[in-house]
Amino acid sequence: MERQEKRHAPHYKMSFGSILFDVIKWLILIVFVIVTLYPVVNTLAVSFNDGLDTIKGGIYLLPRKFSMQNYLTVLRKDSLRIATMVTIARTVIGTITQLFVTAMLAYIVSRKEFVLRKFLTIIYVLTMYVNAGLIPGYLLIKNLGLLNSFWVYIVPGMVSAFNMIVIRTFMNGIPDSLAESAEVDGAGHMRIFMQIMLPLCKPVLATVALFIAVGQWNSWFDAMLYNSFNENLTTLQYELMKLLSSVSSQSGNVDALKNTGSMVTPMSVRAATTIVTAIPIVCLYPFLQRYFVSGLTIGGVKE
Amino acid sequence: MKTETAIASATPLKKNQFSKKIKKQKTLVFMSIPFIIYVFIFNYLPLSGWLMAFQKYRPGKALLKQEWAGLFQFRLLFQDETFLRVLRNTLCMSLINLILGFITAIGLAILLNEVKSMFGKKLVQTISYLPHFLSWIIVCGIIVDVLSPETGIINQLLLKMNIIDAPINFFAEAKYFWGIVGISNIWKETGWNSIIYLSAITAISPELYEAASIDGANRLQKIRHIVLPGLKSTIFILLIMNIGNILNAGFEVQYILGNGLIQKVSQTIDIYVLKYGISMNNFSLATAAGIFKSVISILLIVIANKAAKAAGEEQLF
Repeated sequence: MERQEKRHAPHYKMSFGSILFDVIKWLILIVFVIVTLYPVVNTLAVSFNDGLDTIKGGIYLLPRKFSMQNYLTVLRKDSLRIATMVTIARTVIGTITQLFVTAMLAYIVSRKEFVLRKFLTIIYVLTMYVNAGLIPGYLLIKNLGLLNSFWVYIVPGMVSAFNMIVIRTFMNGIPDSLAESAEVDGAGHMRIFMQIMLPLCKPVLATVALFIAVGQWNSWFDAMLYNSFNENLTTLQYELMKLLSSVSSQSGNVDALKNTGSMVTPMSVRAATTIVTAIPIVCLYPFLQRYFVSGLTIGGVKE
Repeated sequence: MKTETAIASATPLKKNQFSKKIKKQKTLVFMSIPFIIYVFIFNYLPLSGWLMAFQKYRPGKALLKQEWAGLFQFRLLFQDETFLRVLRNTLCMSLINLILGFITAIGLAILLNEVKSMFGKKLVQTISYLPHFLSWIIVCGIIVDVLSPETGIINQLLLKMNIIDAPINFFAEAKYFWGIVGISNIWKETGWNSIIYLSAITAISPELYEAASIDGANRLQKIRHIVLPGLKSTIFILLIMNIGNILNAGFEVQYILGNGLIQKVSQTIDIYVLKYGISMNNFSLATAAGIFKSVISILLIVIANKAAKAAGEEQLF
């Protein structure tokens, strides 16, 4: 032990160069952290600040004239209430179905004895590179009758080849003997999958669930492309997108708002909506960090 | 002679074995059938839509009864000044994103690796992942706020430091747009992209550092001669994967942040396809542009893979 310590000693020797290196390193990292956090903190401050007061400028880290009006406006808006419900529904239903279906495919292609294993893997992996494109995809959705329907959020992306590979790689690391002994006991594949593989795959399933849930929660393009005429199927991000385009087109239009006596502006309502939209994910991801870091490494190496 | 008979008798046996295996693996086969149907409908059936690019497609008629036009749409595409401009925008923004993305992610990973305090490292990492989880809509909103001529911090700082006399309207001038897209991309993804590099750095054997210390190498020298070479194969693999994506310059940022004043530099191939296809109902031309993009992407990935093979590096397939 002692010898090892000694060997390490030069590594920690505090030369002038080493101290300078540390100072510069922390300087860069602190700037990086500030640049990352400032815009988020600023949005938070704006969301709690009186709308008209914000326009005068000078709101940086804290609200100047505290107000809950922006959030009240957001909560009172019917479109945002509907959007929240739809977004929660698509995230929950989408994550569960996609996770289950993708894991099942991963299980099938992880069975080494299975004759169609290679064929199945190839036809799915190819989809990562060959994409029919926007127009043929749109026509397919139209022909399947999925336009103006909630299921367009769930069905088209149900199996992801990338996530399948991530789960399969993890499953390959589980000893075959476990499944084999279950088979000897007379368990069928469905039972082995549900009762043995799924519980053992919890870490990788958590990673993939996070990927899927974030994708569902954050998507807006499908809402715009397929469901823009149905207000009952709008999503939070799509509503936010509409707010964003309305802000840039009427940024100087404060007088109109003054006349109605309202204290909110498009910018402050957008800030509040942004915070409402971001909160669930921002609160969730730090706890799943351990999982997604390892999941991403598996996917990256094995792809 | 002997081998010939062996082969002759082996073939029917093999077939027999195959059907026997299928029978034995009945459950797995049954479980696979929905997956085969699914991928066929959602991923391979739409490929038949590529025929539209060789037609003068008019909605309402069956695909095979359309008027055929050969390469007419592709010729139209390459005579279209807008398409060529869109192609240039896509390539330029992609390259900017690629280069900036690589440098910042590798830089952050190297710096994080030098942090000895576990708590500090973890804290910076956790914060660095945050923007990845925000949607592009939120990120674009943030960029608009930060760059706002009236209240944005960038203009305020530049004014205070006397670098400019009047606030800049960043979204009204074409020269800023590519830079804004590049910076938005690194703001969102640097932390996330550094994950893979950091794990590659952690895999480098500690003995190498020790040997270098004994040789009297300082920390910068260790980064140059140990860390960077250790990252070489990771960088290569990610480069190959990204080269196939060179025509995917991103769609959301440009779509959300672009406006009439700067559309000459902001529009990408994806926006072109959306505009001609969905808004103007010119399915044939839009599909031709889409095919062009797909084919180039596949070609690039194959070429990059070959190049990696020639260079003796790991390949994707």
